[in-house]
Amino acid sequence: MGVHVIKLPDVGEGVAEAELVEWMVGPGDNVMEDQVLAAVMTDKATVEIPSPVIGKVTWLGAKIGEVVAVGSPIIKLDVDGAGNAKDDGAALVKEPKAEKKPAPAPKAEPKPEPTPRPAAKAAAPATTGAPRKEGDKPIASPAVRKRASDAGVDLRRVTGTGPAGRITHEDLDGYFENGSGAAAGRGRAADTSVKEIQIIGLRRKIAEKMAISRSRIPDIVYVDEVDVTSLEDLRAKLNTERIPDQAKLTILPFLMRAMAKAIADQPQINSLFDDEAGIVRQYGGVHIGVAAQTDGGLVVPVVRHVEARGLWDCAAEVARLADAAKKGTATRDELSGSTITITSLGALGGIVTTPVINHPEVAIVGVNKMQVRPHWDGASFVPRRMMNLSCAFDHRIVDGWNAAVFVQRVKTLLENPAMIFI
Amino acid sequence: MTELTCKVLIIGGGPGGYVAGIRAGQLGLDTIVVDAEALGGTCLNVGCIPSKAIIHAADEFEKAMHFANSSALGISAGKPKLDLTKTVAWKDGIVKRLTTGVGGLLKKNKVKTIKGWATFADGKTVDVKTADDVTRIRAENIIIATGSVPVELPFMKFGGAVISSTGALALDAPPKNFAIVGAGYIGLELGIAFAKFGSKVTVVEAMDRILPTYDAELTKPVAKRLKDLGVTVILGAKAKGLSKDGKSLEIEQNGKTEVIPADKVLVTVGRKPLTEGWGREKLALDMDGRHLKINDRCETSMRGVFAIGDVTGEPMLAHRAMAQGEMVAEIIAGHNRRWDKVAIPAICFTDPEIVSAGLSPDEAKAAGYAIKSAIFPFAANGRAMTMEAEDGFVRAVAREDNHLILGLQAVGRGASELSAAFGLALEMGARLEDIAGTIHAHPTQGEALQEAALRTLGHAFHI
Repeated sequence: MGVHVIKLPDVGEGVAEAELVEWMVGPGDNVMEDQVLAAVMTDKATVEIPSPVIGKVTWLGAKIGEVVAVGSPIIKLDVDGAGNAKDDGAALVKEPKAEKKPAPAPKAEPKPEPTPRPAAKAAAPATTGAPRKEGDKPIASPAVRKRASDAGVDLRRVTGTGPAGRITHEDLDGYFENGSGAAAGRGRAADTSVKEIQIIGLRRKIAEKMAISRSRIPDIVYVDEVDVTSLEDLRAKLNTERIPDQAKLTILPFLMRAMAKAIADQPQINSLFDDEAGIVRQYGGVHIGVAAQTDGGLVVPVVRHVEARGLWDCAAEVARLADAAKKGTATRDELSGSTITITSLGALGGIVTTPVINHPEVAIVGVNKMQVRPHWDGASFVPRRMMNLSCAFDHRIVDGWNAAVFVQRVKTLLENPAMIFI
Repeated sequence: MTELTCKVLIIGGGPGGYVAGIRAGQLGLDTIVVDAEALGGTCLNVGCIPSKAIIHAADEFEKAMHFANSSALGISAGKPKLDLTKTVAWKDGIVKRLTTGVGGLLKKNKVKTIKGWATFADGKTVDVKTADDVTRIRAENIIIATGSVPVELPFMKFGGAVISSTGALALDAPPKNFAIVGAGYIGLELGIAFAKFGSKVTVVEAMDRILPTYDAELTKPVAKRLKDLGVTVILGAKAKGLSKDGKSLEIEQNGKTEVIPADKVLVTVGRKPLTEGWGREKLALDMDGRHLKINDRCETSMRGVFAIGDVTGEPMLAHRAMAQGEMVAEIIAGHNRRWDKVAIPAICFTDPEIVSAGLSPDEAKAAGYAIKSAIFPFAANGRAMTMEAEDGFVRAVAREDNHLILGLQAVGRGASELSAAFGLALEMGARLEDIAGTIHAHPTQGEALQEAALRTLGHAFHI
């Protein structure tokens, strides 16, 4: 019997370290080959670390939230045979019989429920019935009084079952259980609790990226409204006539195509600014990140080479990536490499957003909610479907003029959707 | 002018103010305590603590005097000598240790202290005149804890032969003839101490009995002891002023003027809240008689301005101020607190000591309770006998219907320490049976508490 040490593998190109975000096993657990042991997070992708061998976990090398360097040992397993660790000869002789022991009880064995305090049950009905004689002060120990005041309970409303009508902790329990708790008290109780939540994993990545963006990028935000009435008519028509295996069109594929077209005229919008090196890398390919909310937080799957994709192709790719992101199956490659980003809080409403640029990109396009608004056509007000675009640009690279030209170009394309396809 | 801002500004570093400061610090509130004098207020500097030091010295001296004659204990010793300046220096040492300690505690809890006189500019702003500057402090919340000062008689102002309790605690020798105006607890505590130091003490009281705030039953053993110590007590008499030569006190009793020889006259006719000199007139603070009006959260009539301690009236006791200070700090921190104490024990460190918590029998009856009450005398307590402390008793007052304890009192040597048990019983809502059913260690004076409860129930063991 020997020890098999598993080191953090090289989880992605150019990745030197990764954050441990989850342990699927604990010391003492038996693991099978290919069983997932842990999850680590790099840039934006979560990578699962499988076990290459059968064995029993003896040691975990990192805590959740810890950043581990590639190549450092993260887990040790007791295995049949020699294992891969050379320096564990001592362990080998010490516990030769351990293997013979039956496997420990499965870890899923339920723990016995703590016995409920019987007194609380007995006291429950005590809160009904007449309060003490009028004018009599409630009798309660200082600890009971403090508990009541913390919960905003007026003890005059609580019936005491103790000697001389003393209000006990159990009486208070009963009062709470009968639902006549805090709300019926003197007022609202101040909740002074503070919960510490460790910022790890995706949330930490988001926090770091946002901080970098806001601290480094002097942005200019430009907002204009777009009349999408024609676009919506076209979209509705296309959706009714689509063939069944085509993804339903949202406004996104149109916007993506319009952006690709506008970028063809203004390529500097589609670039990454390496501000440490002082180099702007202008990309030929338009790789549009589409910000998506998941249970874990914000992720940005990337639709690659929009300039080479058709409308339906974009729609299908957006649908596929959004689904993968929500399920958490998006790969690292699918979650990185964007050159410009779209963010949409459309469904929630809102007139304007100030989007945070996805560093090191230089532009982000924010989509606001589409609404029917009155529009003056020169003779009368007509209802038009309007949508605001809130866009932010890295002002170090993109001048205000160019930013406005870009947004106006996208606006023109969306208002005259035929132009998108010319 | 220096400008500061803080969340909590406390004016006065006495027991109320410094406890509020410590608690606020513990709760993470940005807090400043301002006091013109040493921290600790009246209590630590010129009240509770120094008077107890002097009283202890007097007790020790009296014991030694006792042994200079033949004693029942079979101990005899030479005649003792007293160097009061040394006594006072020792007392000052204790005071210094405690006030320094308070400063340390505030510092430990990250509370800033500023020495200087505070005056309100408005309800959120206070100017503090420090030694060489004026500091303007803007605070979200202000706690007024300015305390109280001795009441002065207009016809006998402090100075020269007329002294306040502060002066009495700093005398360099016991006065040969010592007249005391007022037989309240301060006058009697100091009067008894100086009688033990050898002064010829005369106490003049306008009311018809000593310690008018305690019931007559409790004060009887003290009256007896005063007689034994040779203290003259003149009741129903009014001080008129010093005689022309300044060597005696003129009093009026039953329309007749009498003259009492006095090298020093101690005036202890009460204390009044310190409500002047800090800019109250600039604020819209409601008064309740002589003191600031507060509600059960120690809130004054102004938002964000709290008041605690003696400035809020009777009972003017350090431990009340401390509890108020703690409560106000928690209220400011967002906790839901209200004054809900059952009892504030009061102690009179005379010889013998008097302690009272909750209601006396008369007070309980006046409050409409049908009561049961009984006393247990220390004369029937073994430990008291072994300490030559047989005078006095413990008394229990309880509701007749459910035996809930309403009050506990005692008078006797060392009775002050019973206050802890009294307070606990009342706050916990104990019944007579709870005290009677608690084993009290033998032999202690505390057994008298259990016996008093038993006797109220009708079945004491040792009487």
